Amino acid sequence: MNPIRKKRLTIVLFLLVGIGVAVGLTTYALRQNINLFYDPSQIAAGEAPVDVRIRAGGMVEEGSVVRDPESLKVVFRVTDFNASVPVEYVGILPDLFAEGQGVVAMGKINGRGRFVADQVLAKHDENYMPPEVADALEKASKGQNKAGETAQPESY
Amino acid sequence: MFPELGQFALILALLLAVLLSVVPLVGSVTGRDNLQAFARPLASGMFVFIALAFGLLTHAFLTDDFSVAYVANNSNSMLPWFYKFSAVWGGHEGSLLLWILMLTGWTLAVAIFSRRLPSVMISQVLSVLGMVSVGFLLFIIVTSNPFDRLLPNVPADGADLNPLLQDIGLIMHPPMLYMGYVGFSVAFAFAIAALINGRLDAAWARWSRPWTTVAWAFLSIGIALGSWWAYYELGWGGWWFWDPVENASLLPWLSGTALMHSLAVTEKRGVFKSWTVLLAIVTFALSLLGTFLVRSGVLTSVHAFASDPERGKFLLMLLAVTMIASLALYAFRAPVVHVRARYGSLSREIFLLLNNVLLVSATLLVAIGTLYPLVLDYLELGKLSIGEPFFNLTFSPLAVAAGLLLGAGIFSRWKKTDGGWLGRKLLWPLAVSVVASTVVMIGYGGFRPWAFAGVFTAMWVTVATLWDLWDKSASRKGRLHGLKRQSRSYWGMVLGHLGLAMVMAGATVVSNYGIERDVRMTPGDVATVGDYQFVFTDIGERRGQNFTAQYGGFDVMLDGEKVAELHPEKRQYSVGMSVMTEADIDAGLFRDIFVAIGERISDDAWAIRLQYKPLVRWLWLGALVMAIGGFLAISDKRYRIRDRADERVPGNAAPAGPVKVEAEALS
Repeated sequence: MNPIRKKRLTIVLFLLVGIGVAVGLTTYALRQNINLFYDPSQIAAGEAPVDVRIRAGGMVEEGSVVRDPESLKVVFRVTDFNASVPVEYVGILPDLFAEGQGVVAMGKINGRGRFVADQVLAKHDENYMPPEVADALEKASKGQNKAGETAQPESY
Repeated sequence: MFPELGQFALILALLLAVLLSVVPLVGSVTGRDNLQAFARPLASGMFVFIALAFGLLTHAFLTDDFSVAYVANNSNSMLPWFYKFSAVWGGHEGSLLLWILMLTGWTLAVAIFSRRLPSVMISQVLSVLGMVSVGFLLFIIVTSNPFDRLLPNVPADGADLNPLLQDIGLIMHPPMLYMGYVGFSVAFAFAIAALINGRLDAAWARWSRPWTTVAWAFLSIGIALGSWWAYYELGWGGWWFWDPVENASLLPWLSGTALMHSLAVTEKRGVFKSWTVLLAIVTFALSLLGTFLVRSGVLTSVHAFASDPERGKFLLMLLAVTMIASLALYAFRAPVVHVRARYGSLSREIFLLLNNVLLVSATLLVAIGTLYPLVLDYLELGKLSIGEPFFNLTFSPLAVAAGLLLGAGIFSRWKKTDGGWLGRKLLWPLAVSVVASTVVMIGYGGFRPWAFAGVFTAMWVTVATLWDLWDKSASRKGRLHGLKRQSRSYWGMVLGHLGLAMVMAGATVVSNYGIERDVRMTPGDVATVGDYQFVFTDIGERRGQNFTAQYGGFDVMLDGEKVAELHPEKRQYSVGMSVMTEADIDAGLFRDIFVAIGERISDDAWAIRLQYKPLVRWLWLGALVMAIGGFLAISDKRYRIRDRADERVPGNAAPAGPVKVEAEALS
């Protein structure tokens, strides 16, 4: 093999090894870190897996937020106006968290069907709706009303 | 009246951009100098009209012209003037106009600073930039006109700028980021021009290098500003979330870093040409992709605009057209390029090749993690998200590998490096790094494998870089003379690598040894975080220009002594009634102390977040050092001297570069 071909072969091999390692690591890491999204109806119907990290989202049900006065624990219900799911969270809630607003929570469903969140994300301005939540609401309302319609801009 | 003028200016700029993308290109292909001569005036004209449009939009903001829909949506008469100014790019339309302003600014800069380039080359480069401008001007005029009026029902006042954006970090972040994004369009234009006229040579690489480096430097600053802003304003102390929008800016940075290194090889040794061209195309495509992801509303993120799908489609089309056209051109023209130079299997070329493999792998990885959920969602195969652990798990090993190679690569020579010599050379830096990282580990109290890997890599890069500087600056006339003799581009490299080491050290230490506690506190309570005690002294009210705030007081004690007094706030903005958390931070070179107020739990109890963040500043300082390195590198006089050499042989195909390379290859 002449030196140029040899060089090219080395380059190709390097590339293949690099890409191979990347793909290997990626698939390995992907398998463990994919978080599926479920809406309250699906969770209430038992479609969501127990004890697996998932995302859930919907509207915070009016009057459902109960705060423990002695700790940072808070319990509220998330609804898509079809079904609702209790969510438990210990920590600081985002500024725009409020009853009647959209949220997305990350966490696991425990044995008693309660969603234990380790992260709660609220939308970041009054007009914006997380696409998942908008979708879930739209699905639940089946076009009766346009609750999930995303409103105007703007934020950055 | 003024807004209509602004729109008119945009349309005129579009016409000029169309002319720019056609006339000089035709001139360069047919060899007609008089047509090529249009390139510079057209580029200047385009910039003037865009600057005019931008000025008029700014004027509308500063004078509270709420008849303009964009102003009404993003500003308010109560805003201080500097936020009115930064609100110009606080929403979709205006930030797009800023994008275009940058693009035409870069185009103008190319027209001004490339006087020594052959006329054919410069005509083609400016034409390609003109085409990019056409795409974006069409986009803004068709889908996102910032000058749309709300007539006849002019609102009495504006809807306010999102309070999140009322911040110095956000005044600076988008312009810097865009300078980077858009700057890569110059490298792209050079690559396309080189493909068109088949001149992929060392001279082309030398011309592209400073533009690429400066774009990269701006992008580094832009990303760092975004991270810094998220840290104190948004993230409750987090500095990187692997949020798709962050990733969107990281992607062109990674491939841009690869491009910068690959260009170095192409310039010095005349190899990797096709690869470099491809990287230039890909980097620009990733910049476009970033713009698409951020601007189309497909993502859940702070940056997402709940916007109309037409915009997303248009951007996607723009991306597709750019990609297909440039890759087709690449497919037809790239094989023309021949490689003449040779290099051994252990050489600087190989080290830089590995650097590129790692950087491109990292780019792919981040791209997969970012795009996979979007593609699945689009195909309606389910909604999912890919969490931070994925990125941490896959990105960190690549970063460590790149750092380890970097340390060895610094000592390597072009063409051929002796393995035994390199091994002996690395022995001492290795020993020093191991000892130093162990000391650091002990200092932070506890050995952790990942922390050690990160700290060691940072140390290794630092020691190797300084060692090499020491070697190179040896001089009979004394050390100072030796240091002065080093070129600015060498200093640029040294700073670039030291900055990287700082970022690595900061990221590793703050993720492994940072402490975060959420606690319930009433005034008078004391909470302990690491070695620090936080005393919640009081909480009261305070009024700002456009908000009222709950204003907390905290004394931070270390060994019984007060080291800081912090006043975090919870603000209520009077327009829009939105609530914002303003953390207070005692910043230090080696640690930050961070306090933020959460919600009120009962009458006198509050949720409080307390944090100890060691070395967190190094993340942003490191990025700044990298960027300074970039600016230093482009100020190197060799770019100017070599340019003068070109001037002596006008229109000639790169006198110095390829000839030298061939000579080396033959010898």
